[in-house]
Amino acid sequence: MGAIALAIAFLGVLLGTIVLQASGAFTNYVLTLPVTLEREIADPRGDMSEASLRRGSYNQLIQRSLQSEFPAASSRADLRELFGLYSGLNAASVMHRVIADPSLVGSTIDVTMPANHEIDLYLKGVTVEESITAGSGTIQAGAISGDITLSSDSPAFANAIARIRQQASSERDALLGRAARLEADAAGAASRDAREAGLAAARRAREEAARFDTVIDPETRITLGPRTASLLIRLNGGVVAVSALTPDGREAEGRVLLPLESAEASASWSEWVIETPAAARRITDQQAVYARALEERGMVERRFNTNLFLNADSREPELAGVMGAFIGSVLTMLVTMLLAVPIGVGTAIYLEEFAPKNRLTGFIEVNINNLAAVPSIVFGLLGLAVFINTFGMPRSAPLVGGFVLALMTLPTVIISSRAALRAVPPSIREAALGIGASRTQAVFQHVLPLAMPGILTGSIIGLAQALGETAPLLMIGMVAFVADAPSLGLSGLTQPSTVMPVQVFLWSGASERAFEMRTAAAILVLLTLMIIFNAAAIILRRRFERRW
Amino acid sequence: MADSAAPAHTAKTVYHSVANTHPVKVAASGVEVFYADKQALHGINLDIQDRSVTAFIGPSGCGKSTFLRCINRMNDTIDTARVAGSIRIDDEEINDRAVDPVLLRARVGMVFQKPNPFPKSIYDNVAYGPRIHGLASGKDELDAIVETSLKKAGLWDEVADRLDQPGNSLSGGQQQRLVIARAIAVNPEVILMDEPCSALDPIATARIEELIDELRENYCLIIVTHSMAQAARVSQMTAFFHLGHLVEYGPTEEIFTNPRDRRTQDYITGRFG
Amino acid sequence: MNSPAQQGHHIVKAFSEELEQLSASVATMGGLAESMISDAIDAIITRDSDLALDVAERDKRIDALQHDVERQIIRLLALRQPLAWDLRVCIAALKISADLERVGDLAKNIARRTRALNEAEPLPLTKSVERMGRLVQRHLHEVLDAYVSGEIAGAVGVWERDDDVDEHYNALFRELLTCMAGDSRLIGPGTHLLFIAKNLERVGDHATNIAELVHYAVTGSELTAERPKGTPLESGAS
Repeated sequence: MGAIALAIAFLGVLLGTIVLQASGAFTNYVLTLPVTLEREIADPRGDMSEASLRRGSYNQLIQRSLQSEFPAASSRADLRELFGLYSGLNAASVMHRVIADPSLVGSTIDVTMPANHEIDLYLKGVTVEESITAGSGTIQAGAISGDITLSSDSPAFANAIARIRQQASSERDALLGRAARLEADAAGAASRDAREAGLAAARRAREEAARFDTVIDPETRITLGPRTASLLIRLNGGVVAVSALTPDGREAEGRVLLPLESAEASASWSEWVIETPAAARRITDQQAVYARALEERGMVERRFNTNLFLNADSREPELAGVMGAFIGSVLTMLVTMLLAVPIGVGTAIYLEEFAPKNRLTGFIEVNINNLAAVPSIVFGLLGLAVFINTFGMPRSAPLVGGFVLALMTLPTVIISSRAALRAVPPSIREAALGIGASRTQAVFQHVLPLAMPGILTGSIIGLAQALGETAPLLMIGMVAFVADAPSLGLSGLTQPSTVMPVQVFLWSGASERAFEMRTAAAILVLLTLMIIFNAAAIILRRRFERRW
Repeated sequence: MADSAAPAHTAKTVYHSVANTHPVKVAASGVEVFYADKQALHGINLDIQDRSVTAFIGPSGCGKSTFLRCINRMNDTIDTARVAGSIRIDDEEINDRAVDPVLLRARVGMVFQKPNPFPKSIYDNVAYGPRIHGLASGKDELDAIVETSLKKAGLWDEVADRLDQPGNSLSGGQQQRLVIARAIAVNPEVILMDEPCSALDPIATARIEELIDELRENYCLIIVTHSMAQAARVSQMTAFFHLGHLVEYGPTEEIFTNPRDRRTQDYITGRFG
Repeated sequence: MNSPAQQGHHIVKAFSEELEQLSASVATMGGLAESMISDAIDAIITRDSDLALDVAERDKRIDALQHDVERQIIRLLALRQPLAWDLRVCIAALKISADLERVGDLAKNIARRTRALNEAEPLPLTKSVERMGRLVQRHLHEVLDAYVSGEIAGAVGVWERDDDVDEHYNALFRELLTCMAGDSRLIGPGTHLLFIAKNLERVGDHATNIAELVHYAVTGSELTAERPKGTPLESGAS
């Protein structure tokens, strides 16, 4: 009882963790832009031929559209940050749309594309901590763009200063504490090298802590940098990034990130503190401002993540999906099933019902049982040596994967089928033989139908095992990055592809943080497939058993 | 006592004088069966009459079922079994290589200890044999065979309205009669029954015994049973097997009132052998 | 009859025990019947009316014993379903007990007539009656021995010598007729004596019956009119 409860608890924790992790991957933020397909850019040769349309610079069109949203962004640095909101790969989908319907050229279309994964994570609130609080007092901007000074006749920024100082002092304290611990450890260190290394680390921690001194000192000007929280002031429809504050809280210097509508004094402003320091995040203040601005304009919204299910793998997490791996899995399983089930069931029937009991069949039996215990990677090696090197079959192809997995599944199918055949009461065989049925008639008309549920269950469980197998496929190159889903048909059998568990394996090793949740999502998809397989096994079993 | 002098171990069979009321259907001579290296039957000589019930009795492992299975060559299905000697049905040697055991089994039906209907409908159970042997040329003919067989097996009245129901849904006794109907359906000449009532209650047993008695009119029946009383009730002739030997063979009445061999006597009266 | 040494024990011990119990009951009956015949003859010779009364009394016991044997046999048939040897033993016991019961009745009848004879003058023919009585008693004794031991030779012997009793009876019958014709006063006691002789002759018949039953129980075959020495099977044994 206790063990079962424990097992269920662990299963619950496991599933819970995966679902929690994966939940973020099922939605994403998409950017919808009105893109004007200017004729000279989309159709550089001017003949509307497909070749010409393919040469069109669609990314440039998207960039123009985005730029028009933020006319103030003109410097190369600003533009780079602006265009970092999405992946240039999305231009391809615009191109496909245009090629599919050349009449679109010249018109303005809405282009919807997933936001860059970092922006997506920021908007989901996963990577960056921030808070917006209403400001008190009236402040006056010196200008509406460029480097400006914000001033106030009251200590309007006192709150912000207090927060920044508090954060800085807590970080400084942490660094000093760490330094003290390192020094203590160094004093007790065994070797000189270790002591010196410890002391050096402590010294670096103290140096770092000293940088916060200027922020904390109440008399000096506070300078905000990449290691401190960012303070943004939202005022008159624009955003100013504060770089320095006077200690009295009446004046702030900063750079306009989003132009102000006017320079009038205003009492309705807010402090927008991005608490995660710029050095610890992968989006800039500017990008955060662009993203929020687009969100406010309704051009960025959260949607169900169709890419995850419809796309093949991609270097860009926001474009990566499991479709390629899914099709690969389907094709591989198809090959495995078509090979392993007929051969396995046939072998089982022969060995159990027809084969004479002699040394040869005994030898075969022992070897089948041994094969079931062979580590799966060995089958991968076999596949590599025999199918790819000797027979010259294509690498990374579902065909070879299916062959290898069929070899691996065969013993399982044979053993479970034999068990199912053996479970059929001998009285049925005798009954059939007793009224003059031949051996073949007895087996195929009476024994096999009765053994069918068991055989099906065994086969499906064997296939499910093959579906979840990674190791042998690594050996035959199905671990490759495949950006195009193989076609779902005969030709797909020889195209490079990957399978679901390998996809999980690949994503789990990717560096982008957004792949983390996609890994979990892929695991969920794989688990769902497994459940469907097993449910099919149960349903088939029931169906056949109901026919007595 | 007087008859206690009957030799305790002899390979010689006691044959009672038999009134030859029916012609001989199955004639066995010198039948020996080996399982691997173990000899299960030693030189069995036995003539079985047509249109009568012959009971094989004897302790477990005495070879009576083995001999029964020789008659329709069911021993062929066991890899290690080897049969020697001659068994003739209507003067035709069945151990001949030219005889197809599959066709033989259509002539020699068999009913087993446990009712073993196929997991199919009642109709299909009975129709299976005629179907594989091509005994019916159409649906109507098949229907007729099924009905006649079920009637002969005394089951028609009980199942006529539910022929499409699974055979396993019947009671044990009905299942056994279904199995008998299935055997009858291929129109056999000999029906072998291997302890057909051992799994049945007395009422069902009585039904089967009555059925056996009726079938005697048309078939040569051979029944293996552990029940002395059943052998006494249903059979006209009884053969007693012991340790692979046929010890005594004669009219049932004589075997059960006045067995000649000490071993027969000990067995049927329940004494230590 | 059912001696374990010869037939072997039943696997169900109680069955053997019940058969033994049955044989013992029949043997007891036999002993009782034999003693009644013996005492009845003694009573004639010694003119002992008390002994005669005692013999008549013992008939009740033999009736009771017969009921007991019948009950045992019904029980055996119902519960044990005896076959072959056991079946023959049961049936033989059933019939033998009926024979013995008849023997008891006949002994009682003899005893009653003895009391009537004792009131009259002694007859000269009692010696012949005694001789016949002893012969019958010996026959009865022999068949009962055969029943208990299973040795059918004794039974066959009795069966073959049944004519001796008949001859004795015929002789006695003629003597009595001569006697009674000579002296009319002897007609009363003579008639009694004649009936006694007739009863003894019937006891002899019962003994022959028992001999046949013992033979049947042991060999399974009937003693035929040709009076064979036995079936081929037992010929080697006896």
